Amino acid sequence: MKLQSRFRPGTEEARANRAAHEAALAEVAAAASLAAAGGGEKARARHLARGKLLPRDRVAGLLDPGAPFLEIGATAAHGMYDGAAPGAGLIAGVGRVHGRQVMVVCNDATVKGGTYYPMTVKKHLRAQEIAAENRLPCIYLVDSGGANLPNQDEVFPDRDHFGRIFYNQARMSAAGIPQIAVVMGSCTAGGAYVPAMSDVTIIVREQGTIFLAGPPLVKAATGEVVSAEELGGGDVHTRLSGVADYLAEDDAHALALARRAVASLGEGGLARLPGGEAPAYDPEEILDIVPASLSVPYDIREVIARIVDGSRFDEFKVRFGETLVTGFAEIEGQLVGLIANNGVLFSESAQKGAHFVELCSQRKIPLVFLQNITGFMVGKKYENEGIARHGAKMVTAVACTEVPKITMIVGGSFGAGNYGMAGRAYSPRFLWTWPNSRISVMGGAQAAGVLATVRREAIERAGGTWTAEEEEEFKRPTLEMFERQSHPLYASARLWDDGIIDPRRAREVLALSLEAALCAPIGETRFGVFRM
Amino acid sequence: MFEKILIANRGEIACRVIRTARAMGIGTVAVHSEADAGALHVELADEAVEIGPAPPAESYLRGERIIEAALATGAQAIHPGYGFLSENADFVEAVEAAGLVFIGPSAEAIRAMGLKDAAKATMAAAGVPVVPGYHGADQSPERLLAEAEAIGWPVLIKAVAGGGGKGMRLVRGPGEFAAALASAKAEARGAFGNDAVLIEKFIACPRHVEVQIFGDGRRAVHLYERDCSLQRRHQKVIEEAPAPGMNEETRAAMGAAAVRAAEAIGYAGAGTVEFIADGARGLRPDGFWFMEMNTRLQVEHPVTEAVTGIDLVEWQIRVAAGEPLPLEQHEIGLEGHAFEARLYAEDPGRGFLPVTGRLEHLRFPQGARVDTGVRAGDAISPHYDPMIAKIITHGPTREVALARLRAALSETELAGMRTNLDFLARLAAHEDFAEGRVDTGLIERAGGNLLAELPPTSEAVALAALAAMGLDGRGHPQEGFALWQPLTHGVELIAETEEPEAFDARVTVHAPGRFSVAVGDERHEITRDPVWRIDGVRRRVRLWRQGGRIVVFGKGGGSFRLNDPLEWAAGAEVSADVVVAPMPGLLRELDVAPGERVRKGERVAVLEAMKMEHGLAAPRDGIVAEILAEAGAQVEAGAPLIRLAEEDKA
Repeated sequence: MKLQSRFRPGTEEARANRAAHEAALAEVAAAASLAAAGGGEKARARHLARGKLLPRDRVAGLLDPGAPFLEIGATAAHGMYDGAAPGAGLIAGVGRVHGRQVMVVCNDATVKGGTYYPMTVKKHLRAQEIAAENRLPCIYLVDSGGANLPNQDEVFPDRDHFGRIFYNQARMSAAGIPQIAVVMGSCTAGGAYVPAMSDVTIIVREQGTIFLAGPPLVKAATGEVVSAEELGGGDVHTRLSGVADYLAEDDAHALALARRAVASLGEGGLARLPGGEAPAYDPEEILDIVPASLSVPYDIREVIARIVDGSRFDEFKVRFGETLVTGFAEIEGQLVGLIANNGVLFSESAQKGAHFVELCSQRKIPLVFLQNITGFMVGKKYENEGIARHGAKMVTAVACTEVPKITMIVGGSFGAGNYGMAGRAYSPRFLWTWPNSRISVMGGAQAAGVLATVRREAIERAGGTWTAEEEEEFKRPTLEMFERQSHPLYASARLWDDGIIDPRRAREVLALSLEAALCAPIGETRFGVFRM
Repeated sequence: MFEKILIANRGEIACRVIRTARAMGIGTVAVHSEADAGALHVELADEAVEIGPAPPAESYLRGERIIEAALATGAQAIHPGYGFLSENADFVEAVEAAGLVFIGPSAEAIRAMGLKDAAKATMAAAGVPVVPGYHGADQSPERLLAEAEAIGWPVLIKAVAGGGGKGMRLVRGPGEFAAALASAKAEARGAFGNDAVLIEKFIACPRHVEVQIFGDGRRAVHLYERDCSLQRRHQKVIEEAPAPGMNEETRAAMGAAAVRAAEAIGYAGAGTVEFIADGARGLRPDGFWFMEMNTRLQVEHPVTEAVTGIDLVEWQIRVAAGEPLPLEQHEIGLEGHAFEARLYAEDPGRGFLPVTGRLEHLRFPQGARVDTGVRAGDAISPHYDPMIAKIITHGPTREVALARLRAALSETELAGMRTNLDFLARLAAHEDFAEGRVDTGLIERAGGNLLAELPPTSEAVALAALAAMGLDGRGHPQEGFALWQPLTHGVELIAETEEPEAFDARVTVHAPGRFSVAVGDERHEITRDPVWRIDGVRRRVRLWRQGGRIVVFGKGGGSFRLNDPLEWAAGAEVSADVVVAPMPGLLRELDVAPGERVRKGERVAVLEAMKMEHGLAAPRDGIVAEILAEAGAQVEAGAPLIRLAEEDKA
């Protein structure tokens, strides 16, 4: 049934909402543009002078022109490492080669020689995780000096550190997910294993090098003086060592060879949504409708109406547990189960959510979560009726379902609500956030209030007094910390999500996420014990 | 009236005759060579008979096979078209002997006009003006001067045995005559051993004006004149009717002379009397002279049809069937102006050499008459005339008709081979032509400007880049989707001009159908919705794409080839300069020496390895520059053995 919007354009409120969203969007756009510029003008000029294509141009040269590119972690490492690693020195995303969806991972050598910061490793691993879950062929455009040495303790030793990249390559290859490397610059030390572990490797003549130890280290170790090209250049690796399979004359040729390699792959990455009618309501209006402040409630159906095909929504259990909206809709012709918050979660809402997830799991319908949640309802009545038990049912259902989950944080993401609504820990295939969103264990004011209450009790127990001014002073750092850390740019910099998106393009992002997700077959779900 | 006719021709004229025959309710039989089995004229005709292999001498020129085909299919008459057997008197007689009707003049008329000198004499006797001259044996200077005076100044003195301009003098008046004659005679004596000269009227600015006539064997009418002065080496390029600058008095005189010429030989059917006129003095009743008569339908007949409203093929068929001339002279009107441009598969950049190939794409404009014998997908073969089409426009005035011709040429879409289309477009836009200042030397004088290929505009390159990327189609809802930073795709296009030129274009897709394209320093904002806007201006864009080949049609457009790195690199590999040992072994034989020319694939050395002899081949055609190993030597894998001289870039 087609949703009916109640939105009235032209109000003062709409103007204020739009202004706030546009300011937030501008901030993200600026951060993304900073990341895309990589290591700055000088480094880019030096890169170009070597006859190399800039990293984004390499990605463009690999992908089908005009085909969508769903970038992952576009603002990763934003504001971290004193701004030394824009985009974490890596470009990653789902693009298309000969119509096939692939995961591209491209080093940005203009950023500290493409060396791996902790966030670089995290982004690389996240890209591989997406590829593995959705069975997307991987193409690595390699141009990296390996681990960033000053940060070696945070990139080398742990499970989800550098070594995991090659572990993933081996496991994916074993699972039949093609691994293709294009060596367009350095591949030193551990980095040498990216091409070596790939199914197919292309290397650029007199530009790409692969070696476990570079000429300086060789000289230090054995005294042997050797040029990089003699040690591990394209000619050596395609003629003598067999580490690489194809010798390319330049970047453009290498990318053409990579495209040709993808053309010869069998299955994988070929899912395509049928396509559907545009929403009846203009997605542009989302900026007018969604309140600037998270504390102002609004009807999430207004957003749904601007995302789904023809604004048609078959709402399930509309009269029960009304603070959680569930139902079926199509996105570009793909049937999905939508779960969206419309207020705080009550026991009924949680039960309804669990029921709906079970339904979709049985029918193998992908789930889309629109998350705007302050949490579960608190208070004696609710605890006593077992809201924790009901919440657990929803969390169990969301954790266990085998259908692809796509999560979009469109507002607040606080506390256990995050869990029930397929937060990062619940492994949604993709997790996107809006610029107006906030994420933290609880609201800043609540956190400061909790801390202040504990503090006041301690002071008053000791017979002291605490003025209101003193309390405000006490609360301020907590408020500030929560404000800073719950910001979507802070979150995205740390890859708590896959990226911040423009709310007006939520429909396209969801469509592309679903398209990628459907590249992997949907398994049978087996749920854990539901506390009844 | 005939019930069925056979058309002894191919291509556009066969199609054109079939069209009229069909309109008259007459059945049609096509004949065709093996090569033309799938040709348009075969498809259009009611019946078709194969008459032999591709070469015309074995098919379209074999009269007996054609007559057999007519008899076998029950055709009562044969239309010869133009060319091939159309002016072959023996064929006419054979047709008539077979009891069939030849749609054209009698064998006698064809013979009478076939020999140029005899024809001139016949015409002079009939009172048709011929180019004045003195060809007499009396070579006295006095006599020659008197003849020159009689012809009228200026005159040309030409060596009778001459050629190549030797012994030729232009004389503007009696004062110069004696000296010029002496030096011409001296030069002729030296060059040819014969100092006899002739005197001829000098025509400073020759124009080719011809009159369409139509006879029924006794009487004749004329259908006004055509001007065919736009010629390139005696090949007509653009024709028009009427002749620019024509006045009623001259037209009447010329028409009367043409009718006299036709009636003098009892002409039946459509014919053309060609005159030469002096453009320098304007068209005058006493300023045109008979050149020759063509006893067939002319290629350029459609311009006459356009201005008279008469279907000449219909007249041909009716007169051949024994009907009288359909109209009296005073009933034949002349309305407006018409042009015909001849589109050929030829390369203007290489001396207009005919080219062959497949017409990958062919689309003609609405609003112009197009006579063609080919369709998209047809081949232009080396066996026949490489004409693709005739594009004919008509308008109330010369200006309007010419504007329509320019528009029609610009609308014509063609891909797959080089043609004279752009040359025609430039010629149609030439200032002298537009002003009606035409003569047979115009194309030669304008030469360079008409041949100069304009580089494609940056808009055209931008559009070609979009086409090369497959972004010229309908698009999809997520076209160009990117979260924040759109990707920019680079593409290298080679413009297939005479001197191929490379263009780098950078395309950014912002949203479905919204692009920024940078070509060098030029940047264009282009939208496709689905109509195209370039920098905000709505434009009609016509593109053709097949694999890596793209054509942007219209003014400023061009043909492009996508520079594919895979092909480029494959080429680099093949043209490697050095023959290397593929494995370690004994170099048993060296088959070549420095300076020797080798062909690609030719054996140049023999390597013995693993108890087998391996022949090593030249990687490309070239000349051996250096031998890098000795015969009998043990060589390592990858050892260079023979180096070829660097390829000549020219």
